[in-house]
Amino acid sequence: MEALVFYPFALVAVISAILVIWCRNPVNSALSLVLTFICLAGLYVTLNAPFMAAIQIIVYAGAIMVLILFVIMMLNLSSDVKRGIRHSVVTGPVASGLILFFVLYFVGGGEAGLHNGTLLAEIVNKVGHTEMIGAAIFTQFLFPFEIASILLLVAIIGAVVLAKKDV
Amino acid sequence: MTPEIVTLANNPALYLVSMFAKIFGVFAVVMGMVAYATWVERKVIGRMQTRLGPTMTGPAGLLQPIADGLKLFFKEDIIPTKAHKVAFLLAPMMILVPALITFAVVPFGGDIRVGDYLVPLQITDLNVGVLYIFAMSGLGVYGIVLAGWSSNSKYSLLGGIRSSAQMISYELAMGLSLVSIFMLSETLSLRGLVEAQSGYGWYAFKQPLAFVLFFVAMMAEVNRTPFDLPEAETELVSGFCTEYSSMKYALFFMAEYANMITMSGITATLFLGGADGPFPGVINFLIKVFACMFFMIWVRATFPRLRYDQLMNLGWKIMIPLTLVNIAVTAVVIVVLQ
Repeated sequence: MEALVFYPFALVAVISAILVIWCRNPVNSALSLVLTFICLAGLYVTLNAPFMAAIQIIVYAGAIMVLILFVIMMLNLSSDVKRGIRHSVVTGPVASGLILFFVLYFVGGGEAGLHNGTLLAEIVNKVGHTEMIGAAIFTQFLFPFEIASILLLVAIIGAVVLAKKDV
Repeated sequence: MTPEIVTLANNPALYLVSMFAKIFGVFAVVMGMVAYATWVERKVIGRMQTRLGPTMTGPAGLLQPIADGLKLFFKEDIIPTKAHKVAFLLAPMMILVPALITFAVVPFGGDIRVGDYLVPLQITDLNVGVLYIFAMSGLGVYGIVLAGWSSNSKYSLLGGIRSSAQMISYELAMGLSLVSIFMLSETLSLRGLVEAQSGYGWYAFKQPLAFVLFFVAMMAEVNRTPFDLPEAETELVSGFCTEYSSMKYALFFMAEYANMITMSGITATLFLGGADGPFPGVINFLIKVFACMFFMIWVRATFPRLRYDQLMNLGWKIMIPLTLVNIAVTAVVIVVLQ
């Protein structure tokens, strides 16, 4: 049953992720990225994480990608981006290779391996995924949460200062 | 044996039959309501402006929606030469589908007892039901943005850009206005929210400010007058759907009314107690949905369209601070009452 849901979502996610970098038209790339996010949300649901799935769609597909599309439309980049070798051709593979290496290291090295933690699927379903995340953020991880909030606040103030030339 | 809620595990046959019946039933009722919402809107606004509205097609103009549908169906379907074809075809679907599938989590009645099992009158109850609604309304923006961009026309583009800015701004106010509701209900599931309001403990009474803010933000989300700037006829011809014709235009039209019905259903569930009330469940729910829709039509006949800067000021400088104040006050009251 799980494989029946997993493989279609995984397949579409991979294909649309390839399309993101394959498409020459930036709007097509952005739309493929939206499709990737929606497929990832589907995979989160199969992992008993409905809250993550909903937030994935609300924040990434619903807000961030709309802003990106908005910018693409405003800049009118409808014509194809010119071909040519740039530094991204080198940095892209290097960065993704490094990420792949770290993922393989953690998954293979037992850091995130197959030992049972406290958050079993039955417990998550009984208490509720949203409640567990909320409780964890506001008790165990309160300090990182506050740091992230301050970081966001600084970013917002910075954006306002940049947008308003004479404050 | 006490009746238990039917699931795929305890009675697969009944589960599948009831599920298909609910999906087709909801789809048929919503589409029927979409058709006749246009008739009601024209009749009500006509009366409010001392006109009669449609009268010629059928008794009291009752066949008007069908005549309109047939007319649009037989119109020539034009795709502009310079349009981006895929996005142009995708946009009407992207706007109608989220409006319809949002109804999957709205409970439209109490439970029905079939033998030893209870069949809930709700297609599916998600643990994160309200977040699902936000996710779907967030996806609805794509329809408008894509329609505006892909048509390759300045009026469409302006309509699309206006609407994305408007929807992003008002989504925040809508989400924040609901936070105070969750603080009272302590659940995100719509079934749980309806249970928490049973016995006339409706959140419209307990949280009047949140109710008003949600309703205003909701009207902005579905682009109803006075927030219909994306399709402001006087400035933008028809906004994002200027270049659309035939059934594609009809899909935009249907999506507008489907959104209106869905949002009325959500308001009825979140603030007006869902199926709670004096009549059998489904009738209560429908009365509340019709009341919300009538109110939206009434507002359309009453208020002129906002100017764009007024719209942004209302969203960012009035509604969002008010929702934050409401959340703080609710939190303090809850802690004091404990």
